Amino acid sequence: MQHLDAALHTRGASCYVDDVRPPEGMCYAAVYGSPVAHGLVRALHLDAARTAEGVLAVLTASDIPGENQIGPIIEDEPLLAEGTVHFQGQPVALVVATTPELAYRAVSLITMDCTPLPVITDPREAFARGEIIGMPRTFAMGDVDAAWAACDVVLEGSCDIGGQEHVYLETQRARAIPMEGDGMRVYASTQSPYAGQRMVARVLGIPNHAVEVDVKRLGGGFGGKEDQATPWACLAALAARHTGRPVELVLRRAEDLRMTGKRHPYVSDFKIGATRDGKILAYEARHYQNAGATADLSPAVLERTLFHSTNSYFIPNTRIFGVSCRTNLPPNTAFRGFGGPQGMFVIESALAKVAEALGLPREAVQRRNLLREHDLFPYGQRVEDGRAVRTWNEAADAFDLPGLARSVAAYNASHFAHKRGFAVMPVCFGISFTSTFMNQAGALIHVYTDGSVGVTTGGVEMGQGLHTNVALVASRAFGIRPARIKVESTNTTRVANMSPSAASSTTLLNGNATLAAVGQILTRLKRFLAGELGVEEPERFTIVDEVVLLDGEAIGWTWPRLVQAAYLNRIDLSAHGFYATPNIHFDKTREQGRPFAYHVYGTAVIEVLVDCLRGTYEVEGVRIVHDLGRALNRRVDLGQVEGGLAQGLGWMTMEDLRYAGDGRLLSHALATYKVPDVYFMPDRLEVRFLEHADEPHGPYGNKAVGEPPLMYGIGVFFALRHAIRAFRPDLDLPFVAPMTPERVLMQLHTGWPVVPAVPARTGAG
Amino acid sequence: MMHEIRFILNDHDVRTAVPPGLLVLDFLRRRERATGTKEGCREGDCGACTILVGEWEAERVVYRPVTSCLMPAAEMHGKHIVTIEGLNMQALSPVQQAIVTEGATQCGFCTPGIVVSLTGSLLDGARRDVKEALSGHLCRCTGYRSLKRAGQTAYAAAAGRTDMSALVEGGFLPDYFLDIPDRLRRLQRGLPSNGLATNGIPVAGGTDLYVQRGEDLPGEAVAVLNLDPELRGIRWEDGFLRVGACTTFEAFADHPEVQRLLPDVKAYMFLIASWQIRNRATLGGNIVNASPIGDVSILLLALDAVLVLRRRLQRRQVPLRSFFLGYKQCDLAEDERVEAVLIPAPAPETRVNFEKVSKRKCLDIASVNAAICVCVRGGVVAEMGLAVGGVAPIPLYLRETSRFFVGKPVVVEVVREGLERMQAEIAPIDDVRGSAAYKRLLARQLLLAHFTRLFPESIELRHFYATP
Repeated sequence: MQHLDAALHTRGASCYVDDVRPPEGMCYAAVYGSPVAHGLVRALHLDAARTAEGVLAVLTASDIPGENQIGPIIEDEPLLAEGTVHFQGQPVALVVATTPELAYRAVSLITMDCTPLPVITDPREAFARGEIIGMPRTFAMGDVDAAWAACDVVLEGSCDIGGQEHVYLETQRARAIPMEGDGMRVYASTQSPYAGQRMVARVLGIPNHAVEVDVKRLGGGFGGKEDQATPWACLAALAARHTGRPVELVLRRAEDLRMTGKRHPYVSDFKIGATRDGKILAYEARHYQNAGATADLSPAVLERTLFHSTNSYFIPNTRIFGVSCRTNLPPNTAFRGFGGPQGMFVIESALAKVAEALGLPREAVQRRNLLREHDLFPYGQRVEDGRAVRTWNEAADAFDLPGLARSVAAYNASHFAHKRGFAVMPVCFGISFTSTFMNQAGALIHVYTDGSVGVTTGGVEMGQGLHTNVALVASRAFGIRPARIKVESTNTTRVANMSPSAASSTTLLNGNATLAAVGQILTRLKRFLAGELGVEEPERFTIVDEVVLLDGEAIGWTWPRLVQAAYLNRIDLSAHGFYATPNIHFDKTREQGRPFAYHVYGTAVIEVLVDCLRGTYEVEGVRIVHDLGRALNRRVDLGQVEGGLAQGLGWMTMEDLRYAGDGRLLSHALATYKVPDVYFMPDRLEVRFLEHADEPHGPYGNKAVGEPPLMYGIGVFFALRHAIRAFRPDLDLPFVAPMTPERVLMQLHTGWPVVPAVPARTGAG
Repeated sequence: MMHEIRFILNDHDVRTAVPPGLLVLDFLRRRERATGTKEGCREGDCGACTILVGEWEAERVVYRPVTSCLMPAAEMHGKHIVTIEGLNMQALSPVQQAIVTEGATQCGFCTPGIVVSLTGSLLDGARRDVKEALSGHLCRCTGYRSLKRAGQTAYAAAAGRTDMSALVEGGFLPDYFLDIPDRLRRLQRGLPSNGLATNGIPVAGGTDLYVQRGEDLPGEAVAVLNLDPELRGIRWEDGFLRVGACTTFEAFADHPEVQRLLPDVKAYMFLIASWQIRNRATLGGNIVNASPIGDVSILLLALDAVLVLRRRLQRRQVPLRSFFLGYKQCDLAEDERVEAVLIPAPAPETRVNFEKVSKRKCLDIASVNAAICVCVRGGVVAEMGLAVGGVAPIPLYLRETSRFFVGKPVVVEVVREGLERMQAEIAPIDDVRGSAAYKRLLARQLLLAHFTRLFPESIELRHFYATP
């Protein structure tokens, strides 16, 4: 089935927040963000802005009628700064004007007197100064300290992992419309309508029921609109409350880059011990997460780093420490993978170190330590229906791994200026929100008398195809054509208290909630039919292709006739369905439990070609065996795999966030922050799905697919390392990501005095 | 400071007054509510705002995709502006259908622009492969593979028939397109000649100016130089190839005489900018912008180009190699403008190469770029022009290093010494495009790359490394 919105998208006819015709009298807001990364605000000069052309209001923290607090996990995040600013770009004041240009012009007239405070951008420094958020966490299994003695090699190392900007093509935006009484309706581009509702209510000092948040679709989210869409919705609502007018707030790209958080940079230390033949006996890691200025979702992201710190491997003795470190950067946040990728990067680095020390191919060490059935994860869950070995073997066979290794070695032996490299990247990713309570969802279904069906779920369509999946699930469950189904906007007045669309779980949760709602309506319809036709057992009825069957035989009833008859007989044609993932739990005091409904597995083989003269490189091919369970919608699922891979490759290569020492973002435009383009992605890209791999949680045997493919991209780092080592086998290369052409060239030439020292002149370059 | 403009927007005639520097994007989205055109970055990097601009050229109306976020509204004057809304018909076009069928749209925000570019590529005769047609677009959802498939499917559907009537017949374009040439001619007949937007901040293509001054330019008086036909055109004149200052990168690279001079110019352009940007960026704009990493400036420095500068009726010529004075400073008076670039006809043995390395290989701003124009006669270098960008406050002509090579044979020892001498001429700084140390190393590597590429028989990379 095609993406439900596809035709509209190609016609430019699908509406995002600001494509809807503006209501009469709508105004536009623009944000004044802190020019410094850390400081005491002595004075804020707003008069010039207040008297500027077209300005209706200039608002600060003191204008907030409710609480100036939007922290989702820890209450440490003001909507508008008060007294102290903690990162460059932190919202301090809000201008409301009749046009966006006038609002921006007025913002440019605002100044702030500030006493600078020390700026921290390095998580190790923050940790050393006690600047941590929440409590450090440790997952442990076996006896690491005792295990070192049994190892033939014990190696230590560290990793420095860059962050990643989401670059959702549609920047953050919201439109707020004051309703009667205290009411507020907000059209937002958010993955968390409920968080938006809750925080708008809190900021305005009104009950949740007075706030309606409606989300039609997002122009991309990737985690960046899970929590960080909330401030803009709140600011638009605050402006609407004060002016009594509809207010739209759209961040320009430069503001979005500067003001919003990103994937967390990490620095991590590891120690790993192995036998001579590459069996890993012990692993210890310490993760210092660069959380930014406030908690945001960082503690939850850190938790997932710990969950995925051993990726697809069984290591009997592990101790994983993690801590969120407070720095003066924008609050870093959710991004596809949610901490998992950083944890995996570190274990993959440690395995590379072991392989290099033992003189083994890296993939031999990886293969030797893959998870097997009933193996224990460090958090107490056992491998059930594990597919680490299965996807690895399928990939090794299908993509002729031994042949690839030989051909790369032969190429490198006969070429000097170019070197090839490859890496295998297995992925094991747990599915469920690790906060167990969040694994719940609702769906509201109305069957109309013409047989058409409206479905609302708590899930948000952000391109991932949720609505397509929901329509597919509903149509299959009812036994009617997909064209009869309309999936409505996500709206807090129709489905309440929804969890964010995140954790790859949106189809799992909302698809199953939809099934529950369909089931209720079908049960009523079948009971009605049983009564009408004098059949004892309603379950003997089924609906297939819109035809009602009794014991598999048509009886002259179609879907429209059934619906019409049921209506006339006063049968309820609406239902609210609910789903809570069964059999999951986690005890944070013991750091043990069964947090995941299941795991997704896969194995990728990535090949690169490095130009050793220029330090540039190409990703020549990526081939993947992925565990999808049973495909629900092959085209949608494939799009998730390919798109996730592209983001993972970008994260590891060109996506290079640079901050100055004073906390200023230097890569503050798409001219300086580059993401993969059509030329970067390899033409040779092959994705195979496991067959006969149904997942009982479903829906319909399907496994979650949103996040896991991103982590295949980690392999490109090790493929590049492989190629660089072919040019420079003498070096012990660092584990610093991303592998920009700069890093590649500098590594290729490490220690070679090819650049004579010349006294620097001043100048720009 | 409003300017009256007349143009055709999709299938209707528009006569309106606009601030001349207003962005076409804002005009379309806010004034016309043509919201299929999306804003993704406002700096020409993402392509979500791509539109087609059609204008009469010689015998036909030529359509080019451009990013509407970098185009001043005054420039719509006399043209056919096509947005996604202007491509929609009752049924999906084969381009739209292919995107649907191949699953090549997810969040949808980049999709309308991509439909516009792919359709524009067919209108352009499908001369470019699908990747080039997509080169100016960022899609953060799909990873591009489904888009590549969709493009190929659409190309296949056109089956090589890309004249206007075939495209209308094939359902690629609405049939009003058939009337556009006549309508456009009628429109142009009634226009005042060259009487528009000539005072104010000069905008040549705007691809860099709007990125730097996007906040204030829309409200300022701007002089839209592109409206002056005398600033375009390429022809031989007194032993020089004379290139009008407002010649776009694309027109430059497309011209047979330029291709004769620079056989690999298309390959350079592949590194320099996307199709949409090449359709806007001009040689003169690139030069006057004086960015230390201006790609075309570096190439022209190596070629020893000469600028024709004009101040009202006075003209003078300045060698490009002495035009750049300091960071963003040029030998150009307040009201003086570049009229043309003169490229000397090279000796027959001349070899030229251009190198560029950036974070992303294609369509990114260089960390370092470099060009060489070398002529070897009788076994020794007779003429040498070396230029390198990103290593000084200006696009740098390597005067000393170039001179060093003259009279010497192209052998490993000479190149090795040249590489070292260059280090004394450059002074890179740390910035977001790389550390000073990296740029020093990269400048060396790119200079070396010129020789390994142009003289593979005598210069090989392995000669420059001790075995580790």
